[in-house]
Amino acid sequence: MRKIKTIIKKEWMQVFKNKMVLFSTLFLPLFFTALPLVILGVMGGESAAEGLTGEMPVEFIKICPAGMNAAECSQVFIVTQFMLLFMMMPLIIPVSIAAYSIVGEKTTRSLEPLLATPITTFELLVGKNLAAATPAILATWLGFAVYALGAYIIVDSPQVLKALFNPMWLIAVIVVGPLMAILSVNFSLIVSSRVTDPRVAEQLSAIVILPLLLVFFAQISGIILINQQMVLLMGLILIGLDVLVLYLAVRLFQRENILTRWK
Amino acid sequence: MIHTENLTKKFQTTLAVDRLTLDVQSGEVFGFLGPNGAGKTTTVRLLCSLIAPTEGRAVVNGFTVGHQDQQIRRSVGILTETPGLYDNLSAEYNLQIYANLYEVADPAGQVEKYLRMLGLWDRRQDEAGTFSKGMKQKLAIARALLHEPNILFLDEPTAGLDPESARLVRDFVSELRSEGRTIFLCTHNLDEADRLCDRIAVFKTRMLVMDTPDRLRAQVFGRRVVFHLLHATPELADQARQAPNVKTVQLVDNKLVLEIDNPDENNPQVIRHLVNAGAEIQYVGELRRSLEDVYLQLVRNAE
Repeated sequence: MRKIKTIIKKEWMQVFKNKMVLFSTLFLPLFFTALPLVILGVMGGESAAEGLTGEMPVEFIKICPAGMNAAECSQVFIVTQFMLLFMMMPLIIPVSIAAYSIVGEKTTRSLEPLLATPITTFELLVGKNLAAATPAILATWLGFAVYALGAYIIVDSPQVLKALFNPMWLIAVIVVGPLMAILSVNFSLIVSSRVTDPRVAEQLSAIVILPLLLVFFAQISGIILINQQMVLLMGLILIGLDVLVLYLAVRLFQRENILTRWK
Repeated sequence: MIHTENLTKKFQTTLAVDRLTLDVQSGEVFGFLGPNGAGKTTTVRLLCSLIAPTEGRAVVNGFTVGHQDQQIRRSVGILTETPGLYDNLSAEYNLQIYANLYEVADPAGQVEKYLRMLGLWDRRQDEAGTFSKGMKQKLAIARALLHEPNILFLDEPTAGLDPESARLVRDFVSELRSEGRTIFLCTHNLDEADRLCDRIAVFKTRMLVMDTPDRLRAQVFGRRVVFHLLHATPELADQARQAPNVKTVQLVDNKLVLEIDNPDENNPQVIRHLVNAGAEIQYVGELRRSLEDVYLQLVRNAE
């Protein structure tokens, strides 16, 4: 545990000494928190909202709780769409940090002395994973808390607030989001340990965002509608995937190749 | 402390280390010499359990490479070819990281001990990236020693350093030897190897030769004795050729350079012979070839 903690602290000290990295970590949660609040504020009026319902997917309008008017339904729509952003945030934020973490050490030649210590591959990767995923998860949770508080102030309707604090979304943000973060970081670590150029690592790591983007667009276009069962299923699948990808990351981390492929 | 038997490493079609067999004794400074690409760094990586051998066996500090890798990594220190420091972290924090990774009992105490010992204590809060090359090298040496390993692998410890820094590092290595640590020193600096090493191995994918520097000189060039005479003449050179146990004679200015079998025993006889022949001997000494000559000769022979 001491070694894992050491790796986490080292990564944070290195990463957050770079002001631009700190800014890029904080920017996305700030933006994703402010944007829905602004839209909720601007479009919360009944007349504007009535216009919106016409553009909503039919499937979505159908599930608006009975007795909810068009304005409230629009607000529920907005709230629901942006909840997906809070699931995406922990997936996107840590990717660049994780993608750089192994290949970056390779290029600065600090990986060899690190691998010469008695640290195991599992300890190294778990340390690097938690170092990249934890700030993203915390930033997401903080953003969500600010978003929830802002929405509570802006939104009048108890039914909209009920939709906002729907247990399904709370599970999505509090449980599924972090599981996604761990998955994306593990995937990025695999990429980072297999390539020799940090730019390639970042580009390839971005692939992990695609499946969630598909879910996002599918929900906006009404092809699917995320419900409680789907979130629980996602959670269960992600737990399995996290374990599997961590196992793969450890297996694919070949010290010898990493050291000898150095130019 | 280090024992290898037919240790071999192949990278796909490239043979990097070919059937290396050696023994390094406790407390010995062992020089590992060879040209670029000879496989020195690969050998160090094998012995530090960073990479696995293709064939053969290596035992380091009683632990077998490929089977007890964690124990080996815990018990040896390594100075890699490049310092590999975290440039945006302080010197002190750079060491603290490694003290924790090596699970040192008193990390702060060990960090302070080595920062002071290497004269970096006053700069401990400065980022490692602001250090000169020599200071970075010293910091990397401190990092390799934090867990008090009894075997230390130093890969080109003075490469690229100015003479003053190189000397500081060399003095420090001597100090480590006096503490009884075993040091495996890879270097291109033959003068350094000559001064520091008890034994050296000349290596180019395979072991070319391994012995003490003096024995290697004798092995490669034979032992030559220089007689400084008041007046060296061709006649005296002819007389010298007839002396017992003399293999070759060269006349250079007022000197006779003689290759003699076992000069420790036979020199008095040769001196008597030359004096009887009328030579006025000013002084006698052994011609000491540089280790560079020995090394170049061996590498040339290998080619």
